[in-house]
Amino acid sequence: MKKSAFSLHVDLESFMPASAEDKEYMVQMRPSSTFFKDGIKRLRRNKVAIVSFYIVLFITLASIVLPMLWPYSYESMLGVVPGKPVDASYNNLSPFKYGSTELRKIEAGEKVFPHVFGTDSSGRDYFIRVVYGARISLSVGFFASIIVLVIGLTIGAISGYFGGKVDLILMRIVDIIYSLPDMLMIILLASVLRVSLGPAIENTIFAKLGSNVISLFIVFGALYWVSMSRLIRGQILNLREQEYVLAARASGARGPRIITKHLLPNCMSVIIISTALQIPSAIFTESYLSFLGLGVNAPMPSLGSLASEALNGLTTYPYRLVIPAIVISLIVLSLNLFGDGLRDAFDPKLRT
Amino acid sequence: MSTKSLVYILKRIVLAALTVFVVITITFFVMHAVPGGPFLSEKAVSPGVLKALEAKYGLDKPLLTQFFNYLSGIFTRLDFGPSLQLRGREVLDIIVGGMKTSFKLGVIASALALISGIVLGSVAALRRNKIADNIIMVITTAFVSMPSFIMGSLLLVLFTIKYTVFPANGSTSAGLILPIITLSLYPMAYITRLTRSSMLDVLGQDYIRTAKSKGVPRIRIIFGHALKNSLIPVITYFGPMFAYIVTGSLVVEQIFAVPGIGRAFVNSITGRDYPLIMGTTIVLASLIVIMNLVSDILYKIVDPRINLD
Repeated sequence: MKKSAFSLHVDLESFMPASAEDKEYMVQMRPSSTFFKDGIKRLRRNKVAIVSFYIVLFITLASIVLPMLWPYSYESMLGVVPGKPVDASYNNLSPFKYGSTELRKIEAGEKVFPHVFGTDSSGRDYFIRVVYGARISLSVGFFASIIVLVIGLTIGAISGYFGGKVDLILMRIVDIIYSLPDMLMIILLASVLRVSLGPAIENTIFAKLGSNVISLFIVFGALYWVSMSRLIRGQILNLREQEYVLAARASGARGPRIITKHLLPNCMSVIIISTALQIPSAIFTESYLSFLGLGVNAPMPSLGSLASEALNGLTTYPYRLVIPAIVISLIVLSLNLFGDGLRDAFDPKLRT
Repeated sequence: MSTKSLVYILKRIVLAALTVFVVITITFFVMHAVPGGPFLSEKAVSPGVLKALEAKYGLDKPLLTQFFNYLSGIFTRLDFGPSLQLRGREVLDIIVGGMKTSFKLGVIASALALISGIVLGSVAALRRNKIADNIIMVITTAFVSMPSFIMGSLLLVLFTIKYTVFPANGSTSAGLILPIITLSLYPMAYITRLTRSSMLDVLGQDYIRTAKSKGVPRIRIIFGHALKNSLIPVITYFGPMFAYIVTGSLVVEQIFAVPGIGRAFVNSITGRDYPLIMGTTIVLASLIVIMNLVSDILYKIVDPRINLD
């Protein structure tokens, strides 16, 4: 039916039944997506976070795999052979230089694996020490965060769930621990614990880790749980009162469904994000303590203790400081950026 | 000021006092939990001499009596006892002596951090998403992720060994330049980011739009309207910045050989000088708690709208 452009007649075509094609267009195309799929999708779009993730993954894998393949170990002094005087030519080798016995081997046509970063003042292969140091730093950071997570989650959940007097008392304790100057207390506790723990853990599986690492974990567990527990308590208190929880309850949902479908997923993002951001801060603290000589027991290297050992020969071997410095900054920076990316992806409310 | 803010301030003061007390208690009992006591670490001492020494320092009395003696010594006479390593010197003397240098270091570093941080942050906010902003953000992100000891060591390598610009010894005035820069970089980066985000927040407010539409010049808007309000969050950072500078100075003084309280503290730990460890921990911790208190109260006074509880 032809219709003039200015006619006020109703366009009948607008009132025709919809064709199958039109109907399909109106159907919601996107399949419903879960909270995690959604978050991962957002995370994938964040290039900085992805690059950081791969850097962390690379360093982690390297620190696990390389010590297995490398022909040198982090503690063996290459110049020391049982029954012979110490061969000083192995100490303080520059990168890609060899000790006296190795040079003889090379002349004889044998292949000797190069010391990529040279050796340290006791003749230990420096490359593997850096790799091992990264491994120690990463694992201390990871396990310390797990400890913090478990303690913080338990106390925060108890506080938020029971409320009332329990909440009041727990939160006052949290307040006081929170206002303690953490670094000073950590130094104090670490300096004492490493002395008093030594005899206590002898002949147990912990002895292998060394008293200093255990004392680090204790200190982290004792002091850093407070912010996590505050966060989780606040989250639970807040979520309990949300309208969608009320709506779920009104439409007949029971406790377990509300907990698994509403409370947990919403807490989850906070838990993941703050644990992810806890790891770099734990690595930071560990390297700081190691730098002061309060970290891991010698001869175990950590990035902080490597940096502090390097200070002695700084004029001649500046690269021995620069290498662990770069590795530690890279780890902390990428973990921070990845944590920020996680926060943006999983907690859109916090996004600025 | 409303009664509500007064109650809040009172609460904060009580909490701070309680925290200082907890610090002293933890320090005391932790130090006395060390096996062997302070006199066993060095060369072997005969039991008779050991008894005499313990009697002299009051270590033979019950632990609680010792604790109350220590407490009353601190609060009535500021007496932290004698140092064990440096014979004949009082802990308080060492702390006061070290404090002079560290105070100078800390004050200049915080001033530097504040001024440059606020300037850089404002520039970044006003030039949002332009080159200047991007450069500032990249640099500050790097600085925030670099531990102070790494920063200090790298600066040491660069400016005293590679290019001899500054002396490596921190006991002279010129030698304090590098430690000051090292200490100020992290707080500077943090303040820059803080100022940038709060400035962006303020610039989006209605009253800025009103001022713009009235035809107020850009300079007046920035300095007269925006800057003042965007500096409020920076006040909250005073306390943490002080804590950072205190803990940062522990390693920075070690790296640059600055004769301050931080170096005394680190040396006391390696030398197991228990009275000095206790004294320094208590003094530094109390200062940090007090600075946090001051910055919280200041925040409340400057912006009464904020409900902190």
